[in-house]
Formats: sequence, structure tokens, C-alpha cells
Amino acid sequence: MLVKDQLKTEIAADGSPRETFVINLGPQHPATHGVLRVKMTMDGEYVVRAEPVCGYIHRMQEKMGENRTYAQFLPNTSRIDYLSALTYTHGFVGAVERALKLQVPPRAEYIRVITSELNRISSHLVWWGAFLLDLGGFTPLLYAFDDREKILDLLEGITGSRLTYSYFRIGGLYNDIDDTFINGTRAFVAQMRPRLKMYRSLVTDNIILRKRLIDIGPITEEMCRKYGATGPVIRGSGVPYDVRKVEPYSVYSDLDFVVPTFEEGDSMARYLVRMEEMAQSLRIIEQGLDKLPAGPVMAEKVPRVLKLPAGDYCYAVEAARGRFAVRIVSDNKEIPYRVKLRTPSLSNLSLFEEASAGMLLPDALALMGSLDLVIPDIDR
Amino acid sequence: MTPNLPEPKLGAAQPVSPTAAPAPAAPVPPKPAVAAAPPSPTPAQPAPAPAPVLPNPLPHAPLPFKGVDYAAKGYHADATVTPDQVVFAAELLDKEGLSLDTITGVDWMAEGQMEVVYDYFHPAKALRVVVRTRIPRDNPEIPTIQKVFPGANWHERETHDFFGIKFLGHPNLTPFLLPEDATYHPLRKDFTQC
Repeated sequence: MLVKDQLKTEIAADGSPRETFVINLGPQHPATHGVLRVKMTMDGEYVVRAEPVCGYIHRMQEKMGENRTYAQFLPNTSRIDYLSALTYTHGFVGAVERALKLQVPPRAEYIRVITSELNRISSHLVWWGAFLLDLGGFTPLLYAFDDREKILDLLEGITGSRLTYSYFRIGGLYNDIDDTFINGTRAFVAQMRPRLKMYRSLVTDNIILRKRLIDIGPITEEMCRKYGATGPVIRGSGVPYDVRKVEPYSVYSDLDFVVPTFEEGDSMARYLVRMEEMAQSLRIIEQGLDKLPAGPVMAEKVPRVLKLPAGDYCYAVEAARGRFAVRIVSDNKEIPYRVKLRTPSLSNLSLFEEASAGMLLPDALALMGSLDLVIPDIDR
Repeated sequence: MTPNLPEPKLGAAQPVSPTAAPAPAAPVPPKPAVAAAPPSPTPAQPAPAPAPVLPNPLPHAPLPFKGVDYAAKGYHADATVTPDQVVFAAELLDKEGLSLDTITGVDWMAEGQMEVVYDYFHPAKALRVVVRTRIPRDNPEIPTIQKVFPGANWHERETHDFFGIKFLGHPNLTPFLLPEDATYHPLRKDFTQC
């Protein structure tokens, strides 16, 4: 009998009535990385039921979408998942460009891809440092933020911002990249490869880490499908689902990269997927810089007043946490009739209750960390 | 651009785990016919043939799916169903191997209707399916699909928060993102500051 099934019975193994108690994890707790509350019904150290309580940082982004123009909503898209700001903006401008049938110049698309992949690496680095912090290792965070700092400096140089970039515009980019950025990015790629090797020997191959993660928090392919989990979660369950490959957008179909998958479905598999993804992102950045075409970075004749033809338009992108999709419903006015934001963290967290049943509390936290949650992304 | 166009690229570029890679599907994959009859007595009806007719990616499905130009819209198939068909649609797409993307509403106040939109995606190939239905705005009720897709639980709670749409049979239709005592539905078009 599995632990999680045993915990459902009223009588414990030794014949005594089962006693449970409820602990509140959060809404202020270091392991939730934000204002997430989890109501945990416990039997000793075992989780009987872990029920996430969301909404502590709810800002009604979708209502904000309905009372401002498309261009005015653009900065909001950097503030949903603040670690994937560029990718999320790409999803939004992509939906508007699709509706207006705007042709974005190839140079702009390449720069979008290069900067998005830098953003993905910096997001994975934050996850990596914070996750290991959850597991009790402080040092890796300092290494991760050291590397991340270089990315932030590069992006600050061209976007003017270090976190909430709002760099993409409807039809192109805010400005072109310069030689400082190109040379700096090439230097970063060269520097980052040995760092990833060092991370492997420093952390990934560590026996303590492996014992904390291997076979902990298994998530099956079927569970991912039923809950709509995407990103490194579904790829850690052996499904090569990546929007960049399955529904290629921008110039990803011109670039050579692989979608790392691991079969096991445990926390280690999700860890390894993200580590491998950083190496792939470096490859994408390098190819993007090699192939970078000359030309403008803004489409010609972008109307000053944007009115989308009536109808609904979707655009999906692969953010660091998985599939982010925008659905815009337009009634041919300057402001959208409806903006729906489908965020990956919400779907990824929704399977936590089922996946964590019967686990030990520290293991459940390892599982939660391996989902890589960003709370404003859930609550919007 | 036809549906499933990016398929060969996916198959070709999959390196790491050979067992994980799904069989590359042909542009129109042969699928087993769905045996179950719809619970409601609405049979398959032919699409009303718009100007450019695209192939239906789900030709065998007994629901009015229509092919959609992905490049223009961002999804491959679209079906408008009756409110009592949404559970059947979810079961059907579940059997096809699709996953639930999201559920949301649109308030069409002028028409006195609420639209409920179900988005699905396929975890192995380029197939995005939209199922939509309309319910009366003054009594918005629709069956829950969370028995088919447990992930629908949260999406339905969120849609109830924002639009006041009641999902009949839902086990826990309490405020999800709004405060626990919220009685307002902010995405209804007649919402004013609370």
C-alpha cells in the first residue's frame, strides 16, 4: 500500500485513530518565493493534502487589458512573470502583429530571439540558485547571481532596464543592438559554457543533491496532460513539448537546437532539463548572432492608432516556465474587448495537490521548487 | 499554412530520448473513430462553408469542427457547440490525446450572452483546438469538465471569479484569485468599482 493511500484511511497502522493537523505554509515563506499560501494537512511528517491558496498578489491584469490601448498594455506584459519579461512581451506583441498582419523585419525577430534566450538563461539561473537554497545549499546562489549579473548588464545596455524590459514594440523593437551588446554577448557565451561544466561538477553530480531529488515527486506524462502542465515539467516527464518546436514562431525554425527531455519525471529530471536548456539557449544565441541580418528593427507603416479587426487572435510562446498564450478578442476599437493571459505557472502548480500527496514535507518542498513557480505569474 | 506543417521538423530535431519522441504524424493523422455517441441529440453538422475552406483537422469528430488558418488566428480548429456538449467535447479531445490549455469567458453584454471558451493543445504536434459555447448572461450556467481534465478545476474557479459563470457539478467553486468574500465579477462589462 502506498503511503498516500495509507494516509487516506482513518486508522493508522498501529491501530490508533489517525490524527492530522493543518499547517500553513506561507503566504510569507521563503520556500514559496513569493506570496503563495499552501494549506497542508499533515500526518506527522507526511503530507495528507496540500491545497495551494492563490490570489495574494492578484492585480487583475486582464481587466487592465480592457481599459487601455494595446500599446499602453505593453508594459504590463513584463510584470506578469517578471523573470520572463521579454518572452511574455513577445507573446503579446505577437498576437497584435498577427491580427494586424504586420511583417516584422527579420533583424528584429533575430534580436527578439537572442534577447529572449538570454532572458531564459537568467530565469533558469535564478531558479537554480533559489532551488538549491530551498534544499539547503547557499553557495550556488552566489555563483548563479554572478552569471546573471552579466546578462542583466547586457540587457540593460540595450533595453535600459534590468528586469521589466518592455523592449519589444508592436512591429519591432524599441531600438537596435550595438557592437557593445554583440561583443559582450559573444564573450558571455564563451564564458558561460565552462561555468555550466563547473555547475555540473560542483552541484549536479553532488551525491546529497541527487539523494534529495532522484525519485522525489514523480509526475507522469498523463498527469501533465490532464493538468495542462508545460515547460520543463512536461519535458521532465519525457514529452518533447516545446512551443518553439511544435508551433514555431519568430525565427526559431531557422535555428538548430534540441529540446532536452528526461524520462524519469522526478525532480532530478526537471532539474536536468533546465540545466540542459541553458546550454541549448547558448547555442541559439550564438547562431542568432552569426545569422543576424542587417536592416531596420521596426516595421514600416505601423499605424499610430491600432485597431484590430474584429475577432479573436491567439499567440503562444515558450517562456522559461512553459507555454504562455495570449488571446485577444477585438471588436475593432482602440482598446481590446478582452485579453486572456494563459500562464504556465498556474497549470504547473495545479498538479501539486495530486503530486504531493503522501510525500514527506521536505520532499514536497523539493517538488514545489522543481516546478519553478513565479507567483505573480499564477495570480496575474 | 496548413495545420501540422511543422511536424517533420519536430521529428527530425528530437535527439535526446528516443522512447519519448512520439511517432511523427502525417499531415492528417489516421485516428481511431470515436465510438461514444454524444450525450445530447445533436449530430454532426456540416460546416457552413466559409469562403476559403480549410481541411478539418478532426474530420471524424462528431462535433462541428472547422479548419482555421493558423497564421491568421493562432489555432487550427474551432467548434461552436451547445452548452450541454462541452463535457462531450472534453471527453472527445481527451481521447484524441489533447491537453487542456485554459478556460475563459467573454462577456457579450449587448447580446445578453456569455461566451465560454475552452482552449486545447496537443502535447506532441501542432494542433490547437478551440471549443466555444454561449450561455444566457442573466443565468450563466454550464456543466463542469473537471472530471475529464482535473486541471479545469482552477480555470473554472477563475472564470467563476471573473464572470460569475456557474460550473454545475464543480466540487469547490469558491473565490480563487479574488478575496474570499468577493461577491463581484470584475470582467463583466457592467462591473463598476466595488
